[in-house]
Amino acid sequence: MYNPQLNAQGQLQHLLSIEGLPKRILTDILDTAENFVGVAEREVKKVPLLRGKTVCNIFFENSTRTRTTFEIAAKRLSADVLNLNVSTSSQSKGETILDTVNNLIAMHADMFVVRHQQSGAAHFIAQHVPPHISVINAGDGRHAHPTQGLLDVFTIRKYKPEMHNLRVAIVGDVLHSRVARSEIHALTTLGVPEIRVIAPRTLLPSDVEKLGVQVFHNMEQGLKDVDVVMMLRLQNERMSGALLPSSQEFFQTFGLTPERLALARPDAIVMHPGPMNRGVEIDSAVADGKQSVILPQVTYGIAVRMAVMAILGGGNAA
Amino acid sequence: MRLPDPEQLLDRLYAQLKPQIEDSTALVGIYTGGVWLMEKLLQRLQAELGHDIVHGKMDAAMYRDDYAKRGLKTAAQPAHIPFDVNGKHIILIDDIFYTGRTTRAVMNELFDYGRPASVKLAALINRGGAELPIRPDMVGAELPLQAHQAFELTINTLGRLSLSISESDPSVNPSSNSGDDANV
Repeated sequence: MYNPQLNAQGQLQHLLSIEGLPKRILTDILDTAENFVGVAEREVKKVPLLRGKTVCNIFFENSTRTRTTFEIAAKRLSADVLNLNVSTSSQSKGETILDTVNNLIAMHADMFVVRHQQSGAAHFIAQHVPPHISVINAGDGRHAHPTQGLLDVFTIRKYKPEMHNLRVAIVGDVLHSRVARSEIHALTTLGVPEIRVIAPRTLLPSDVEKLGVQVFHNMEQGLKDVDVVMMLRLQNERMSGALLPSSQEFFQTFGLTPERLALARPDAIVMHPGPMNRGVEIDSAVADGKQSVILPQVTYGIAVRMAVMAILGGGNAA
Repeated sequence: MRLPDPEQLLDRLYAQLKPQIEDSTALVGIYTGGVWLMEKLLQRLQAELGHDIVHGKMDAAMYRDDYAKRGLKTAAQPAHIPFDVNGKHIILIDDIFYTGRTTRAVMNELFDYGRPASVKLAALINRGGAELPIRPDMVGAELPLQAHQAFELTINTLGRLSLSISESDPSVNPSSNSGDDANV
């Protein structure tokens, strides 16, 4: 089957979505990321792999955290980084996506990190760039956010190396979440046997069972004996109409409180992709508690993004 | 070529290494073979000197000059340098010295940890073919090899080393300057 992410040799050419990537590619990215974790602890927090290359962060949709971590990752690989906030740039003057991209190619950009509010935007760009350029999807609509999915499984693997023996719960706004989709594909590909989603009916996609997950509408049942709790952000900005009564009511029913977390295994870890809505999907006592690995997720996110860029950026000059 | 016993070469290397050890010496093994050798050398040094010697491991995959051509080596090993490099007399341990490009990459990575007082290189075998002004300071044997050949050092479960030669098709890559994964 044709996969736009892989080249003729089966190597990663673009990172657009975790769906369709074989286990060996995911494992290779995670193993490579292990090597980059230590770089940040050295006197010189940089390696020379992307020296002389230019990485363009093109963000058609705002994001501070994701753009910042991609920027740090690229800089730690010694790349030059160009940040383009297109929402405030030429698109408001009517320029098309491809015109924007072609202008950057004319400036000799080597890699694009793309975020867009439309699903499929990164795919579209990847189909139109010359072969020496790689595209990384940093979030497209409700579709995918592959580096977030990868950093989440990297974090899980760090704390719970026995992936084939885990029970993982993904909690909250699955409907609007490209993160949840990427997480589910990554966990499934890496052999996690039991993935649960816990959400109100209104915040679940209608075909969610097709992804191979168990569906719960009740926190008390869904959290029982899980090893990992992955919280999602309630995406108010993407909601139209009355999907939810109120955020207070959401917290009453689906907020992660210490009492609910106590139903999971005692050594369960708590994750959140950020930014957190404290008191909406997660209680501060849990977010800052000893089972929380939310800040390590951020740190590991840089190593994972370095790994993806290092894999994409090499071996092209044959 | 009749190949020497690598354990005997290690004896020779050990004889040259031991007088070099001082208080501020640190050993750094270069993956994979260099780490095996370092661990065997450390055992002997610690038994004879009666104290531990600080040591680390490195493969410098992120510093190689063939990254643009070949990409990142899969299954690279994380560097592990659990000591302050500043002011240390570092001795790098490698199995086969060939082009000198690995040594260059390792030195570049090492200097990102700090400024060592000195750096020396100990290699089990110098196979000839250096492409940079870098040579081992201590060596078990000088054994010249053809460009299409490569030494393969292996270790068994009992920790015993053995040495063999592998041949690649000489028509594929007649020049040595890209090296091969085993001996660069």
